[in-house]
Parts: sequence; C-alpha cells; structure tokens
Amino acid sequence: MSGVRLLVGTRKGAFILTSDHEREKWEVSGPHFPGWEIYHVNGSPANPDRLWASASGGWFGQVIHRSDDGGKSWDQVDHDFVYQPPVGDHLWYDGTSRPWEFKRIWHIEPSRTDPDVVYAGAEDAALYKSTDGGQKWVELAGLRTHASAPKWQPGAGGMCLHTIILDPVNPDRIFVAISAAGAFRSDDGGVSWLPINKGLVSDGIADQDAEVGHCVHRLAQHPSRPDTLFMQKHWDVMRTDDAGANWREVSGDLPTDFGFPIAVHAHEPETIYVVPITSDSLHYVMDGKLRVYRSRTGGDSWEPLTNGLPQEHVYVNVLRDAMAVDTLDECGIYFGTSGGQVYGSSDSGDSWRALVRDLPPVLSVEVQVLP
Amino acid sequence: MIRVILPPHLRTLAKVEREVSVSVSSPVTQRSVLDAVEKEYPMLLGTMRDRRTGKRRPLVRFFACEEDLSNESPDADLPERVVKGEEPFMVVGAMAGG
Repeated sequence: MSGVRLLVGTRKGAFILTSDHEREKWEVSGPHFPGWEIYHVNGSPANPDRLWASASGGWFGQVIHRSDDGGKSWDQVDHDFVYQPPVGDHLWYDGTSRPWEFKRIWHIEPSRTDPDVVYAGAEDAALYKSTDGGQKWVELAGLRTHASAPKWQPGAGGMCLHTIILDPVNPDRIFVAISAAGAFRSDDGGVSWLPINKGLVSDGIADQDAEVGHCVHRLAQHPSRPDTLFMQKHWDVMRTDDAGANWREVSGDLPTDFGFPIAVHAHEPETIYVVPITSDSLHYVMDGKLRVYRSRTGGDSWEPLTNGLPQEHVYVNVLRDAMAVDTLDECGIYFGTSGGQVYGSSDSGDSWRALVRDLPPVLSVEVQVLP
Repeated sequence: MIRVILPPHLRTLAKVEREVSVSVSSPVTQRSVLDAVEKEYPMLLGTMRDRRTGKRRPLVRFFACEEDLSNESPDADLPERVVKGEEPFMVVGAMAGG
C-alpha cells in the first residue's frame, strides 16, 4: 500500500489512520486491542508492514503484539520481561531503596535495518532487546546496573525508559532517556553506558552537577546530524552538538519551556517543534490556546503555530511520545492530545487540522511513509 | 472437563469465546486449573498470576459457585460442582477504578 500510516496509541486501544501522500483524507481503523492501554505502536523501518504494539493494564499486566500485514492482523509475541540478576535497588520517592519491579513497556524501537531486531524501554527503567522478532526479550543489563543506578528515582509518571534512539550512522551507538534519571549513551551496542547530562540544570535536585537525577522528557535527533540532539526536559529545551557531552539551553523566547514532546523536521535539521504547557503543576497548554512552537534556528528563537488549531477553551496536554514527523517532500507533523484529538500538518506546521477527534486520551503517535 | 470463564481482555488475547474447557487430572485446584489453561493458551502466561512465583495478580479474582476463592490456597480443592463440570471456574478482573 502506498501512502501514509499513523499509528496511534491511546488509553483504551490503538488506532491506525491511513491516507495517500496528499494527506487530505484519512481513514481510521480501530480500536485495536480495545480496553488495553497502548503506550506505543511503532513500525519497522526495514519492513514497514511489521508493526509492534505495547499493550498493558493494571489488571492483566503487559503483552506485546506484532503485525506483519500493516495492522490488519496481530499476533502476540513474548512478554516475559525479566531483569537480569542481580536486580538491585533504586531510590523511591521517600528516599528509601526499593527493588526494581517491572510495570510496563513504554516505548518500542525497531532496528533501522533488521526487521527481527527490536528494542523496548521499560518501567522500572530497563532496556530490552529481541533479535528474533519478539520471540524472546533479553535485558541489556549494563544500563540498569550502571554505578549510578541506585540513585535513580522515579518521576511523577514512574521510572520509565521512554526514549530510544538508534544512531543512524554508528550501529554501536544508542541513546536512551529515563525519567527521572536522565540521558545515557552507549557506544558498544548497549553493553556499557555513559550518563550524558552535563549542562542540564534542574531546580528539583540539589547538586546541579549531579551526573543523574534530571527529568528528561524526550530526545530527538535528525539523521543527518547524529551528534546533535534536542531535549525537552521537565523545564527547559536543550541541545547538544557533541553527542551529549555538553548541553546548552535553547528555550529562548518560548512563553514557557515546560513540555513533553520534541521533534525535528525531516529535511531541516535546525527546525524543531515543541508543545509548551503551562507548568509542572498545570499540565495543559497556556491560556486555553493550542499552540505548537517552531524554531527554524535550532532553538532560542521560536514562533507559535496556530493556523487551524483551537485558540480558546483548550486545556489538553501532548505527551512525550505523541508527536511525529513524516519524510514526504513537504514534511508532515502530527500530534495527539490528552483530549483524544490527532492533529496533522502537511506543510511543516504552517497550517493544521484535526484528522480525528474524540479518541481516548492519546499516549503515542508514530508515522510511516509507505512507498 | 473443567469449565473456565475468562474476562473479556483475556478472551481477546486467547481468541476464544467467553467459556473454555480444559482437561485437569486430580487434584482439581486453582493451580492445576490455571496450569491447564496456560498450557492450552500460552499467550495468557503472566496475565493471571506471576510466571515465576505463581502469585495471583493483585487485580485478578477467582470465583466459583458464588464464592470468592481468590485468597484460598492455590492448592486447595475446588468445589465438587466445578470438578464435575456443573459450575465454571471464573477468572475475573477485580472491580477497581473510580
């Protein structure tokens, strides 16, 4: 099938939106896995019809589904996520130590080149890898057993590994981010890890030079500049140009720099997008207006994008995994809200429209361009 | 055959209707019934009880013959009417929410 496919995870199931390359008319299918919390649905770059879905819930735990026909049918694969011994302890909210306890998979990141290789980020924070199409998951335990791990502490949403970036140039390099431990980099395929949080400033921790403890909400990278990463932190939008060795703030003239998602334009590596929300205690957009902010200068200078977005009585949030960009010549931008709307732009953010409304709260959005 | 009623989410996973039947040799207990269900429907492993400890998931309940057996020993005999197939063993998602 030629076209564009949006993969939407919600609190009560998954939805798949499809369109041709004009992106004018969208068909909606779903809910898939009705009633399950779908933290993430993602597709394999190596085989776009291979999709992965993370389904979880308080009653029956975590399962993983795989489709090999673009979401028409699904089969369950392995969901036995085991921490490699020794399990160890991390800090709890009250400062006591508590053993790692698996809760769910937040993010699934398929290999860029091998459809049978896929990574999964867990709460409590850990990174898993399957090399056989999901038949077995093995923890890359070097991350969770890093010397700093006993000092990791959950954020309000749990101690989740929510971002996985597989470097497009160096196959041994992986970036991950954990709330509220920070960002980490591996240069040996996930065996060993380096905290990369120098330059982050967080009011919530006493030692501003601490190597961990920062609440990183999301990382984004443009494939043509793999050493440049953009970060939406709890507060602050940041960038690094040396693969995380040093970060600097680029919040600039944003009206608020608290938010969750951040994305990079598919063809302009210095064009980035965020959706600021009011504050850490008010998790909704400012002034009742839904505004995406775009910087064409890699940060510091930002412009609000409002054309087609509601500008009154809006009190929604956009979560960290709920924004995606497509790779068509005129770059498409998509995001889903806690109010169940999925918005799309087919002109780099100049204009927007709701592609579907009134879904359950949106947890994640991914997009695939099908040849 | 032991009749087992699964909750909707698990029926979806197992791709079955409301009730399934499994063969269980004596003794018929929570453990032996769930062992048989998981053997027949391995996709349900870990969804009703912990894979390694066998402990019931916190928001899963086991009912039979209008009794809540959730906190009974997993090795206790199930009621005779369940053993005879006259009544189902029910796996239930706990009432929880707000």
